[in-house]
Amino acid sequence: MAQKLALQITDLNFSYGNKQVLHDLTFTVAAGQCCIFLGPNGAGKSTLFSLITRLYAHKQGDIHLAGFNIHKQPLKALAQLGVVFQQTTLDLDLSVQQNLRYHAALQGMSRKKANLGIQEQLERLGMYERRKEVVRQLNGGHRRRVEIARALMHKPGVLLLDEPTVGLDAPSRHAIVKHVHQLVQDGDLAVLWATHLMDEIYASDKVVLIHQGAVKAEGAVTDIIQQAQTDNINDAFFKLTLGKG
Amino acid sequence: MRIYHYWFALWGIVFRELLRFVKQKERFLSALVRPLIWLFVFAAGFRAALGIAIIPPYETYILYEVYITPGLIGMIQLFNGMQSSLSMVYDREMGSMRILLVSPLPRWYLLMSKLLAGVFVSILQVYVFLAIAWFYEIQAPLEGYLWLLPALMLSGLMLGALGLLLSSFIKQLENFAGVMNFVIFPMFFMSTALYPLWKLQESSAWLYKLAEYNPFSQAVEFLRFAMYAQYNQQAFIYTAVAFALFFILAMIGYNPSKGMMKGKGR
Repeated sequence: MAQKLALQITDLNFSYGNKQVLHDLTFTVAAGQCCIFLGPNGAGKSTLFSLITRLYAHKQGDIHLAGFNIHKQPLKALAQLGVVFQQTTLDLDLSVQQNLRYHAALQGMSRKKANLGIQEQLERLGMYERRKEVVRQLNGGHRRRVEIARALMHKPGVLLLDEPTVGLDAPSRHAIVKHVHQLVQDGDLAVLWATHLMDEIYASDKVVLIHQGAVKAEGAVTDIIQQAQTDNINDAFFKLTLGKG
Repeated sequence: MRIYHYWFALWGIVFRELLRFVKQKERFLSALVRPLIWLFVFAAGFRAALGIAIIPPYETYILYEVYITPGLIGMIQLFNGMQSSLSMVYDREMGSMRILLVSPLPRWYLLMSKLLAGVFVSILQVYVFLAIAWFYEIQAPLEGYLWLLPALMLSGLMLGALGLLLSSFIKQLENFAGVMNFVIFPMFFMSTALYPLWKLQESSAWLYKLAEYNPFSQAVEFLRFAMYAQYNQQAFIYTAVAFALFFILAMIGYNPSKGMMKGKGR
C-alpha cells in the first residue's frame, strides 16, 4: 500500500534578492516518518521552514501539507502544522500553562480541550508538575520541551523542528531526540527535523541532505552512505557537502 | 474554519496582552504618570498663559485642564499604539510573532485581534486616568463616559493601526527610537490636543493646516465631543478613514510576498 504523504515539496525555488538560496528542491515526507533535513549552516534549511510556515512566500514550486496546497488552501494546510523554531518563541514572562493556553486559543481549542492537551503533552515530557512556573525560570532544555509540547497540542500531522537542540547540553539533546523519535513510532506523525548534527539521526530515519540550496542525496541512512561510498553518515555528510571523505 | 475558532483566538490574544500588561507594572505606571504630569503640572502652569474661548462642545468658559483632558486621553492611546507596535517589532525579532502568524487563521484577522487587544488595554488605562482626573474636578457629564467608549475604540484602532503599519516597516528594535522623534512628538504637538485650532491659526497658517489634517487632531476632537455626549461627524469620518487606510497599508506590510518580506524572497 502506498504511504500517505504528509509533506510534499516540489520544484521549490527561492531567492533573497538576486541570490538564489533554494534550487528545484523536491522531496516528500510520509506520515509516520522522521525525515532529517541535514545540511551545513547556510544550506537553506531555515529558509525552507519559513516557506512551509508561510512567513515567506514563494513564487516557484509547490508545498503541500497533508494534501493541502500552502498557497491555495493556506489555513487548512497550516492547521496540519506544528512548529518548533530555531529561536525560542515562548513568552518568557508568562507561565508554561499560559503560553500553552495562548497557543491552544490560536488553534481554536476550547479551554477544556486546551487543559486536556496541556496535561497530555506535558506529562509525556515529564513537565506537567512545572506548568505553573514562569518560562524565564526554566533552563534551555525544559523550554524546548515546552515548545515541543506546544507544537503537538493541536495534534498536527506534520511537526517541523528547526535545529531544536542548538545550545542544549548533551542530556537535554539526547532526551529531545529520543522523545521525537518515540512520537513518530507511536503514531502517524510526520517529522521534518533540520539539523547539522549527525548524532541526532536514527538508522530508521529518512535523510534529505541539502547543500547550497539543492538536494545532494535522499533516502535511508544506508542509501546515503552507499551513495557517498563511505563507511558512515558522518563521512558521507562531509564528502557530499565539502567534497572531503 | 469554524466561527468559535475566531472567537477563541481573539480571546487568547486579548488575554495574553492583558497578562503581559498586568505583569509589566512599570508599563502601566508610566502610561498613567505621563498624562497625569501633563495634567497636574503642565496644564496648571499654562492655565494662566492660555485663555480658551467658548468653543464647541463646551458651553461655557473652561479651565485649561478641562481642555487638554481629551488630548491627554489621545496621548495615552497614541503611546499605547506605539508601545504595541514596539512590542510587535520585539516579538518579531524574538520570534514569538511567528507563533501568531503561523496560526491557521487569516493574517488580517490575527493582526486585527492583536490591534483590538492593544485597544482594550488602552481603554483600561484611559478610564483609570479619568477616574483620577474626576477627583481633580475634571468631570464630564456621566453619559459622556459611556459615549466615550465607542469613541475610544475607534481612536484606539486608528492609532494602533498606525503603530502596526510602522512595525511592518521597522526592521530592527533600535530603529524604533526614531518613531518617538518623527511620529509621536510631531503628531502630538501639531494637533488640537494642547491648543485649539483657532489659537494655532493666530500664530501660524501652515501649522494650522498641519494640525487640521493631522489624524490625531481628528481623533482628539472625536473624543472631546464624545466626552460631552456629542457626535462630531467630520472627526468620526476622518478618524475612520485614517484607520482603514493605516490598516490596509499595514496588511500590505505584513503580506509575506510584499511589505515586511519585501526584497527578501522570490
